[in-house]
Amino acid sequence: MSGYRIDHRPGEVIDRSREVAFDWNGDSYRGYMGDTIVSALTASGVRVFSRSYKYHRPRGILTATYHDPNLMVQVGDDPNVRGGHRRIEDGMQVMPQNAWPSLDFDVKATNRLVGRFLSPGFYYKTFMAPRRLWPAYQMVLSRFAAGGTVDPQTDPGRFDHRYAHPDVLIAGAGPAGMSAAIAAAEAGASVILVEEEPQLGGHLRYGGTEDLTALSDLIDGVHSHDAIEVMTDSVVTGRYDHNWVSVVQRDLPGVSERLVKARVKCLVVAVGTLERPYVFKGNDLPGVMLSTAVRRLINLFAVRPGERAVVLSANSSGDAVVADLERAGVEIAAVIDARTGGSVHEATGAKEVSSVLDSRGNRIEADLLVTATGWTSPTALLNMAGDRPTYVPEAARYVPNDLPEEVLATGGMVGDGSTDLLIAHGAATGTEAARRALTVKAFWQSVAPAGRRIEMPKATPAGVPELDHEPHPEMFRSSTHGIVDFSEDVTSKDLISAAKEGYDSLELAKRYTTVGMGPVQGKVEAVNALAIHGEATGSSLLESVTTTWRPPYAPVRLGTLAGRKYEPVRYSSIQPWHEARGAKRLVAGQWIRPDHYGDPSGEVRAVREKVGIIDVSPIGKIDLRGRDVTRLLELVYVNKWSKLDVGRVRYGIMCAEDGVILDDGVTGRLGENHYMMSTTSGGAGTVWNWLDEWLQTGHPEWDVKLTAVTDGYASINVAGPQSRELVRRLTDIDLDPDVFPYMGVHTGTVAGIDDCFVWRIGFTGELSYEIHIPSFHGLQVWEALLEAGEDLGVRPFGVEAQRILRLEKGHFIVGQDTDGLSQGFGFGVDWAIKLDKPDFVGKPELDWQAERNDHPHLVAIQTEDPRLVPVESCQIVATDGAIQGRITSSRMSPTLGRSICLGQVDPELARAGQLIQIRLPNGKSAPARVLTDHAHYDPEGARVRG
Amino acid sequence: MLVILCPHCGPRNSDEFTFQGEVRPRPDVNGTDPGEWRRYLYLRENLADWVSERWFHVSGCRRYLMLERHTVTNEIRDVELVGGEQA
Repeated sequence: MSGYRIDHRPGEVIDRSREVAFDWNGDSYRGYMGDTIVSALTASGVRVFSRSYKYHRPRGILTATYHDPNLMVQVGDDPNVRGGHRRIEDGMQVMPQNAWPSLDFDVKATNRLVGRFLSPGFYYKTFMAPRRLWPAYQMVLSRFAAGGTVDPQTDPGRFDHRYAHPDVLIAGAGPAGMSAAIAAAEAGASVILVEEEPQLGGHLRYGGTEDLTALSDLIDGVHSHDAIEVMTDSVVTGRYDHNWVSVVQRDLPGVSERLVKARVKCLVVAVGTLERPYVFKGNDLPGVMLSTAVRRLINLFAVRPGERAVVLSANSSGDAVVADLERAGVEIAAVIDARTGGSVHEATGAKEVSSVLDSRGNRIEADLLVTATGWTSPTALLNMAGDRPTYVPEAARYVPNDLPEEVLATGGMVGDGSTDLLIAHGAATGTEAARRALTVKAFWQSVAPAGRRIEMPKATPAGVPELDHEPHPEMFRSSTHGIVDFSEDVTSKDLISAAKEGYDSLELAKRYTTVGMGPVQGKVEAVNALAIHGEATGSSLLESVTTTWRPPYAPVRLGTLAGRKYEPVRYSSIQPWHEARGAKRLVAGQWIRPDHYGDPSGEVRAVREKVGIIDVSPIGKIDLRGRDVTRLLELVYVNKWSKLDVGRVRYGIMCAEDGVILDDGVTGRLGENHYMMSTTSGGAGTVWNWLDEWLQTGHPEWDVKLTAVTDGYASINVAGPQSRELVRRLTDIDLDPDVFPYMGVHTGTVAGIDDCFVWRIGFTGELSYEIHIPSFHGLQVWEALLEAGEDLGVRPFGVEAQRILRLEKGHFIVGQDTDGLSQGFGFGVDWAIKLDKPDFVGKPELDWQAERNDHPHLVAIQTEDPRLVPVESCQIVATDGAIQGRITSSRMSPTLGRSICLGQVDPELARAGQLIQIRLPNGKSAPARVLTDHAHYDPEGARVRG
Repeated sequence: MLVILCPHCGPRNSDEFTFQGEVRPRPDVNGTDPGEWRRYLYLRENLADWVSERWFHVSGCRRYLMLERHTVTNEIRDVELVGGEQA
């Protein structure tokens, strides 16, 4: 640290007893705990922190805040860190950005000499021809681009999300925000108080003794209320519908950032104002700073920002900075009062300011030029609340116009006044915010579970007193031209020439010049841009145009939005057994299932020759009870249900109202008014909702009770010629085929477990019993089956073997062999569609489909070359290239020793023996034939009925 | 994220619900024609105004609700249970 650190300041936030060592641009520096990167470096005499985007001009401090466009740096592997905000830490490695090859000597600074190539719209005008050189242009342009470097190997960091439900959330903890928080808490509201800076206080922090006394009282007040939660170094990034407010918290231990999603009953916007730069020649030279930047440096960090200063003042902040500079030992070369017509014409210097030319022609030697020329209201949250703030020329800034009931504004955003007045306005606003919030809260709590119709109350908002505006001259640009947008290097000349080129709408000029499109997103430059563009078009844009602020107000890391990864998965109660046996995991929607245990072909043979068991717990199961279940089934399925006897199951198909197949499965009648429906694993939730929808919205008078019991039962399919013998050994259910035939269902005890139900179905094409066991006991029954069937050669099989088995048998899978256009007819289940029923879901479309009779057909296909398995979704192509269908499923069949397929084909090809050509991924065609039946294996179904 | 005042569960975030939007009356399946049926299936008024919508509290009480939402301001009013109390 060299001679730029001054004596103790009463409001300083640095801890002089704790030195911090860090690196900047490869050199070692020291600062104090509490210093920002930029305050520590300024204390050591550093003046240049970056190079500008387009012209690579040297840049120094402008605002000395988070939103300073000139202070973006790289910290370690973290790019685009705001150097005016980030606190230094021991060992921190800070590098400049956008300064290749170095901060001091910058080859691209020569762009200043060739600036004519970088006129507004240079993106559109240069680097266009010849096109073949585009890769070279791209390399050049990418080196120009602002931003640091990202290391792909970097640790992704830790991020967090939190939900919050405060009655009142206050954005901004200056005097008005803090006093609003205290008043709201005193009125009984829970409060979250969010402050972008690391400390509470807003501008009071860098004010005089009276300000610091008032601040100390306010801090005591805030901390005395348990109902106030303080979030510092945090920013409200957005306000969405129904006061859904996003807050990014940055100063938490253990996480890089946390996103707070708050449902706020009343939002108070107390974000104050941002100081606005003045546009003149040389206004971006290092050493040209805003008054608040200088006041922060001196009063918060005890840093002297220069030796000899010129101050351009149009307001009390300009007056205060003169006093601060004097106290800091800076020589005041001149004070130019804008209220009496003074102005700055030009600042000159090589790498920083060396002299200032005022509007009266005086040239003044100085290394610091401080401007206090106006305030910009960051109306982002107001705009996001639907307000269109009004421009007040007398105060030269925007104020709130018409806010919704659930949003209030206070503080500098609303008007000006003494600290006492701001505190009083904040208190009145906080009290009113609490009143409105507690009204909403009481109403919400009154929404009892009575199922009654709800009316929203219309509160009559009580008013908050007005806060007057201090008169302020409108000051945007001097008689010279300078930088308007420091992030994007857009000058006032660029804006005016854009207007002359015909971009007279600011929205177009913005895109043409890129003004407002840099990292600070208009906070510093938007009002000047509006004023200067309006100057060129001869219209007062300030009064007619409102800047649209969209979320986020401040940058948010992608990791913050992502938060922690919470993706639930579902396991059957038998899954640990599969894992222990080395089963390959299959991710099937939310479920983790055993794909196979190492030898799917062997698993298939076991089922065909002996007996196998598979864990089919993910099958959807819905318990239906009531007098009208049959009517519901008649409505949602295409088939008939009225004649299903107790103890029988039936295969059913559901279509949506557009006739497209929605789901399939078997439903069994367990009792007179008791059914159990099964669905596909992936369709379980959809079907459950579907049944509820038809019941609630179509037939609320029906007596049907639905319970989703997918997780309530573990399900095991026992399949193969020995399955009857195996199940017989473990159950009290009579398995005699006369008593328990194919498509029968019985309840009973299996392996000592009561309340199981077993149905005889045949997805695999073999004799099989599907046992549904209260799920806690699934593993017990699974192990009992394996033990009891050891001598029968029982083997577990996985999903892959089941897919082969069903394909051999020609059973289709909804979503695999059908698609989003597959209406009911054409999938081998036409017999199930009962168009003579008076009504069912999708009936008209199926009527018309049957009439048209031009739909694709699902057919079994075998390639002429038995070893060739065409990959699924290969197309079936005519000799003239027309697409005639596609392969929907294909596997090598261990049972038949040849390749087998299912596919959708045009109706004229759906004939036994039809020769088709399958287009393979390598472009070749494979001849194949259509089979008579869907089943490649046992088309008569003798095995399943055995 | 909207707040929907579910008559059973109270104020809840809209991500607990699925949105079904405007609901058209279901034509008589035995007397309809393709034009009418497909208007029922696919065509919506899409007004910039108060619109009557169906929502399903899928992650809550699993009740279907009718409510009025202003499609410009997202204000919500008149939430009621489809099928009444007993459904």
